[in-house]
Amino acid sequence: MPLTGDEWTAIRLTLALASVTAVLLLLLGTPLAWWLSRRRGETVAAIEAIVALPLVLPPTVLGFYLLLLFAPDSPLGRGWQWLTGEQLAFSFPALVIGSVIYSLPFVVQPLQHAFQRIPGELLEAAATLGAGPRDRFASVVLPLTRRSFLTAGALGFAHTVGEFGVVLMIGGNIPGETRVVSIALFDQVESLQLASAHRLAGGLVVCSLLLLFLIYRGGGLRPWRLGR
Amino acid sequence: MNGLSFDLAWTAPDSGFRLACAAELPARGVTAVYGPSGAGKSTLLHCIAGLRRGDPGSRIAFAGETWQTGGSCLPAHRRRAAVVFQDARLFPQLSVAGNLAYARRRAAPGGPEAAAVSAALGIEALLPRRPDTLSAGQKQRVAIARALLANPRLLLLDEPLANLDGEARRECLAALQAALGELAIPLLYVSHSIEEITGIADELLVLADGALLTRGPLLDLAGRLDSPLADEPDAAAIVEVTVAGTEDAYGLTRLTLAGEPLWVTAEAVTPGQRRRLRIPARDVSVCRTRPTDTSILNLLPVTLEALRPAGESHCLLQLAIDGQRLLARITRKSADALALAPGDSLYAQIKSTALAGDSL
Repeated sequence: MPLTGDEWTAIRLTLALASVTAVLLLLLGTPLAWWLSRRRGETVAAIEAIVALPLVLPPTVLGFYLLLLFAPDSPLGRGWQWLTGEQLAFSFPALVIGSVIYSLPFVVQPLQHAFQRIPGELLEAAATLGAGPRDRFASVVLPLTRRSFLTAGALGFAHTVGEFGVVLMIGGNIPGETRVVSIALFDQVESLQLASAHRLAGGLVVCSLLLLFLIYRGGGLRPWRLGR
Repeated sequence: MNGLSFDLAWTAPDSGFRLACAAELPARGVTAVYGPSGAGKSTLLHCIAGLRRGDPGSRIAFAGETWQTGGSCLPAHRRRAAVVFQDARLFPQLSVAGNLAYARRRAAPGGPEAAAVSAALGIEALLPRRPDTLSAGQKQRVAIARALLANPRLLLLDEPLANLDGEARRECLAALQAALGELAIPLLYVSHSIEEITGIADELLVLADGALLTRGPLLDLAGRLDSPLADEPDAAAIVEVTVAGTEDAYGLTRLTLAGEPLWVTAEAVTPGQRRRLRIPARDVSVCRTRPTDTSILNLLPVTLEALRPAGESHCLLQLAIDGQRLLARITRKSADALALAPGDSLYAQIKSTALAGDSL
């Protein structure tokens, strides 16, 4: 039995959400992870704790606060309305914001650990050869952590595909806008469409397994040896 | 002031160690920074390179440009001061050629070509290799080449041979000497081995416990009784000699010092060359008349300039020959028996010697 149009819509939406989220997370997470990896102290520990919060909080807690934050009468909701002319709550952009926060640790932590393994000595050597801070990041850090970027991006993507609680709270189950696969599956089970639920659930299991396998295999990339 | 001048302090955040040191260095030539480990030599070099920031009040200037003063500090990548580190620090993701290109791409125009520098350091065959497949000596030669290709205005070497031993050390030193010979920029060479810097350094800064103990020309400091170098157990004077020829039947090289012949074992010398010879004080003894039936080949007429006790039972002599100096370490008993006094004309007997660079 082929997938229905509704199911395809949910799958396309899920992939779009996960892709946009992963790209945004890499853009935002890289400078944050770099900053965290090069410093020590109370401020750093506090920010690390905030980044790690989604790992321990029930997603519904996060969703609840985001719902309040996105509400049409909240400052953020009003500002968004004024800027875009559209409501923020129960919209695709709201899902993206929620997913970015929810998946932040899955991108920041692997990057931070990879950055911490870069010997400061190599960066010093690069500096004495005339490489400025950005040049050093591009010419030394990026090539040595390429694999971690793939891992971080894939983890951010996979974790966004797998989110449910946050989307349930802030999404509103609008087809083509906020109705992602996990929500569609929930609906199907609630209305006892078990055969359809099997297809979606099984598909998610297979795809997630494949993605995780690729991450763990290292994507066929060669790990750089940092030893001397 | 064309060269490097600094007046800097640096306090370790945890250990309480403090470096406080001021000096002015000429616009070219090799200045060795010498001292025991923990004296602050590498810290000094890192401050000059811009990798560490001196305490407030520190001042570093180079060729009319201020590198640090008051609250401002020029970052390392804007100083054009290349560093050769003890641990090579080659980029592991790049080949040897890639490492050289990394420096060349960021260098100011007019620098040397990679091909010429690779040839001078004997690393042409290594160019396609990865750093992790190189020996320690090969890595170090690549690191030297990389620093030269950065076309620096100041070259800083931080114990470049400390991780090497035996043959690798000799080879690397020879390559270094060959490559540095042509340079018209000032060099600062940190080392804890006088042997290593014998053939290279012009000037010497002696550091101990974070302070500048003394400074002066290397040959002068090596041959004076009042220099801290004379207190070391393996104190040795350094003299400049001319290669006169070889005596192949005996495997010896003939040198001349102040017109007098000296025979040493040496490799790769060409007649007419000026070389430095390091003569350990304990290999030198003296006599009042020229001995005629001794096995010792090297006899030099010298004048006793000064003597002082060295330890419980020995004393150290400062001997002059034609403006150069030797040190001799003899027993106090012998000194008394010979009734030695400054101004005496003596013959110095030198037991064994090797040319600088050959004895490492």
